[in-house]
Amino acid sequence: MNTNSNSYTIIYASVMVVIVAFVLAFTSASLKSTQNKNVELDKMKQILHALNVDTKDQDAEKVYKQYVKADQIMNAAGEVVAETGGFKIEMKSELAKPLEKRQLPLYLCEVEGKTKYVLPLYGAGLWGPIWGYVGLNDDKNSVFGVYFSHQGETPGLGAEISTADFQKQFSGKQVLKDGVVALGVEKNGKVTEPNYQVDGISGGTITSKGVDAMLKSCLGQYDKFLTTNNKGGK
Amino acid sequence: MSQLFSKKNKEVFSSPLSMNNPITVQVLGICSALAVTAKLEPAIVMGLSVAVIVAFANVIISLLRNTIPNRIRIIVQLVVVAALVTIVSEILKAYAYDVSVQLSVYVGLIITNCILMGRLEAFAMANAPWESFLDGLGNGLGYAKILVIVAFFREILGSGSLLGFRIIPQAVYEWGYINNGLMLMPPMALIICACIIWYQRSKNKVLQEK
Repeated sequence: MNTNSNSYTIIYASVMVVIVAFVLAFTSASLKSTQNKNVELDKMKQILHALNVDTKDQDAEKVYKQYVKADQIMNAAGEVVAETGGFKIEMKSELAKPLEKRQLPLYLCEVEGKTKYVLPLYGAGLWGPIWGYVGLNDDKNSVFGVYFSHQGETPGLGAEISTADFQKQFSGKQVLKDGVVALGVEKNGKVTEPNYQVDGISGGTITSKGVDAMLKSCLGQYDKFLTTNNKGGK
Repeated sequence: MSQLFSKKNKEVFSSPLSMNNPITVQVLGICSALAVTAKLEPAIVMGLSVAVIVAFANVIISLLRNTIPNRIRIIVQLVVVAALVTIVSEILKAYAYDVSVQLSVYVGLIITNCILMGRLEAFAMANAPWESFLDGLGNGLGYAKILVIVAFFREILGSGSLLGFRIIPQAVYEWGYINNGLMLMPPMALIICACIIWYQRSKNKVLQEK
């Protein structure tokens, strides 16, 4: 057979593409549920990390249920619109909506008998998205723990936001100053308000600024909730 | 059976492990060698994924080699590789989620790994499936071997741990030892690669240029 003829080439390419598409669709469909489960477990681990609870792979779900009491949905006016379902919400799609229409997840948690709130974050780094969670104490103003992660920041530079050394700087910081989110990241060594700001990463300036902007914009959405019964909110 | 493991076939398998190593001798696939070797675990997974993908892509291309229209052979090779990489990536996401998060974009980048296209074009297009399988496996493992050596040095010197377990005891840090942060930067992978090439060439006269 002449394998160099035009018709042979076209038929060969078409058949190959159809077969490959079928194989890939089958793989994707059959692994989907396991993958979604992993994504959920990972999200639970991230939320627990903002509560300074470390989990091993398998028991994340159990530990999550133990600490997280409710995943409420809140609107921008600070009213709780649903007692549950916040876990299913993707911050990325909510941030694309106008502020009044957003559904904001709020995780009500309990660590050693004390109420903690976990708020989700989503923003942009240098190369791609960055995201995280902030755990607040029951005064809604001091940080209990944080979690940051990224898709593809530079290893050793921007990627340092996901390390414990960077994240532990946040615990004990205050969020609001005169009703505005002041918690942020400042250039390394340029911190002027140590109660609100942490040192950025040398060489990871754009990622550090991304974390700063993410904290300000995402926590800012919750200002009505945060300023109610909050000493820092006046 | 004896034919399956003839002297020639053994050589097809073993030469890429040392004397014709894809990284240290052919200097292919360097980009991913820099990217995933800051820690040992992703390096091992990346090495094994590449070995599996090269081996199977080689077999598939070798089986198809007489039917592939010459004018679109590179496209056919690419489609086969891309499909295999996507499947491996989906499997990693389902059964080794942490590792797939760590490897992130690099799994997808296996598609562009020069070793793959190099072996498909140079070997699988002209050889029978079994030889192609051995060649692919050999090259993949040769690649994995270098990745593991580089990652070993980068992780122990850069983070003081291996596979995430602390190796250098806390007491050493208290005496003033500091992890070498430079080891975590991509350029150090090149320098370690270069040291391996240097060592290999100084041992093997055949590899030295006149």
